[in-house]
Amino acid sequence: MNILVKNAKVIDPSQGTDGICDITIENGKIKEVRKSGGAEARKKTNADVRTSAYAGFEVIDAEGLLVVPGLVDMHVHLREPGFEYKETIRTGTEAAVRGGITTVCCMPNTKPVNDNAGITEFIINRAAREGACSVYPVGAITKGQKGEELAEFSIMHDAGCIAFSDDGRPVMDSLLMRRALEYSKILKALIISHCEDLSLAAGGVMNEGLVSVTLGLRGIPPQAEEIMVSRDIALAELTGGRLHIAHVSTAGSVEIIRAAKKRGVADITAETCPHYFHITEEVAAGYNTFARVNPPLRTRADVEAIRQGLSDNTLDVIATDHAPHHMDEKTVEFDNAPSGISGLETSLGLSMKLVEEGVLSLSQLIEKMTLNPARILGLLSGGTKGTLRPGADADLVVVNTKDEYRVDPGGFRSKGKNSPFDGWTLKARPAITISNGRIFRWE
Amino acid sequence: MSLRSKDLTGLKDLSTDDINLIIETAAGFKDVLGRDIKKVPALRGRTTVNLFYEPSTRTRTSFELAAKRLSTDVINVSVSTSSVVKGETLKDTARTIEALGADFIVVRHACSGAAHFLADNLGSSVINAGDGTNEHPTQALLDIFTIKEKKGSVAGLKVAIVGDILHSRVAKSNIYGLTKLGAEIKLIGPPTLVPLCFGDLGPSVYYDMDEGLKDADIVMTLRIQSERQGKGFFPSTDEYFKNWGLTSKRLLKAKEDVMVMHPGPMNRGVEISSDVADGERSVILEQVTNGLAVRMAVLYLLSGAKQ
Repeated sequence: MNILVKNAKVIDPSQGTDGICDITIENGKIKEVRKSGGAEARKKTNADVRTSAYAGFEVIDAEGLLVVPGLVDMHVHLREPGFEYKETIRTGTEAAVRGGITTVCCMPNTKPVNDNAGITEFIINRAAREGACSVYPVGAITKGQKGEELAEFSIMHDAGCIAFSDDGRPVMDSLLMRRALEYSKILKALIISHCEDLSLAAGGVMNEGLVSVTLGLRGIPPQAEEIMVSRDIALAELTGGRLHIAHVSTAGSVEIIRAAKKRGVADITAETCPHYFHITEEVAAGYNTFARVNPPLRTRADVEAIRQGLSDNTLDVIATDHAPHHMDEKTVEFDNAPSGISGLETSLGLSMKLVEEGVLSLSQLIEKMTLNPARILGLLSGGTKGTLRPGADADLVVVNTKDEYRVDPGGFRSKGKNSPFDGWTLKARPAITISNGRIFRWE
Repeated sequence: MSLRSKDLTGLKDLSTDDINLIIETAAGFKDVLGRDIKKVPALRGRTTVNLFYEPSTRTRTSFELAAKRLSTDVINVSVSTSSVVKGETLKDTARTIEALGADFIVVRHACSGAAHFLADNLGSSVINAGDGTNEHPTQALLDIFTIKEKKGSVAGLKVAIVGDILHSRVAKSNIYGLTKLGAEIKLIGPPTLVPLCFGDLGPSVYYDMDEGLKDADIVMTLRIQSERQGKGFFPSTDEYFKNWGLTSKRLLKAKEDVMVMHPGPMNRGVEISSDVADGERSVILEQVTNGLAVRMAVLYLLSGAKQ
């Protein structure tokens, strides 16, 4: 199908585009983004639409709306295979598209673990058949995510794994992590690290501090994250491997990453998630299991530091760490609730608040949700994702930035209704998402 | 007369008025317990379920007896004999018990917040008999009752709490309750078991026992659980006793009329020496007796019944 999106305010950091444009899509690819700013240009487009120039085109009038490249979320749990009661590739990608996300990287902690080409192929085939958006599997670093021996990086890479991570379970053995960063160089593959010193975390369930003490819950000090951030940066320096630090949650981690980037000795990038720049450990009061997430929600000072890290580009990417769970699993004692927040459908609205609050410019924000993750994942070099350049996949999102709406997890496309943002008032909601040339419309 | 909430989950959220009401009501029930016929018909026809997910002798027995003294029917459900082993969730188990017509559910659970969780999910009155490392409100209430009985008032007293503060739900409830009533609290123990952030709750923190005991009106020693040793909290029970064991010599640092308390069960020679435990300053057995009166008061006040 051919599509014309006209009179949109387009922001595309990959080309420095920021203005009123018309976008044409042909055969599932971006054909052209053309300035339509002036009254003359607009008149011409309107005339063309009426005449034959756009015959057969689906025309979307995006006047007054924001259009950005489809968002790239490099940290998502789709749960299939094995935990289909929490989420499936179908429901997870539908949730993504509802949130304006057209590319997701799915973490390997499925059942069985995505530590071999068979599982990778299953995910890719299922996504091709049922997925609403592009899905790139992340393979496990170690077999069974057990932290004992390396998984078959090269064979999994051939099958379609875009990066490697033992997400949810850190590789505690420093020698093994060294080998992972070293061996992955044959593929120039990205190693995504979940930084948590398990012995220091000692089975904690929330941030360590006065709030954990008053709730009687076991705390995890921020140093459990920071020690591993330091270790992995040191190992990246040692090996020259490509390290991406997942879900940064503490002020100390931001500081360590900032200093390492300044030294410029290692190939490191880092992400954070909306819950780490909006809410604190206080949300766990009353044993609110929707606030249980790993790494845990921290303090106001950490939230401020994360925002500063985004602002000065220490943190390159905003991802969701979308971790859907069944309601029954969260309706239990805090100690027994699984960690995770269902985040795909609130990510854009929560992130756009950073623009409203003056933390990021709009183009800087969009960069962290499109261009940067696409570049880190190697999806930009082919010119396919995170950009509206001619020839790129037809992924874009038309955003209504004016009307406020209330977050209602009950209405999520995701099976996971576990959101601590229930009832928040947000602006910036996708009105239309175009994913690989397919149009999804909600308003 | 009744409490503001249908549940007693902790002293953190209980008002000073409610604490005082429980203490005053308990005094009346203590009189009843001194009579020949120790039973009153106040809660006849009501049902109390003791839902214990952790082993307990004194607390469960105390609740059972308190409920019986008030003429409620009592059922004890303990983890080993219930369907819990079949993997039923806490919510489902509790709702099943509620459907059987329980008016009061007394719960002890290894997870902090378990009592809050049940209180939020059930219409029955939920009484926290100890949840993880969070709170053990009736223990603190009986401690407060005992202090008031012996010292007349709590306000202005120096209360030293010694031992494993980090893992102690008894210490937490006492910190909240005694602070509300105006006591000055000193926490004493090894740094691994007394994190400094406890100071943010109001008390002062001491690692040196002699310093912490200075001028204390009350010394509460806490049970040192044997499983803490070997996890690096302290090297040995001998070393613990050397530094933080309550001996008669150490007790001289406190006020002359100091009162020694222990929530039980005691490890003699670990956190307290036998001569102190059995000595004239000890009120440990009176605490147990008072526990019965306090638990009767809690059940009675939660029922909202008229005397």
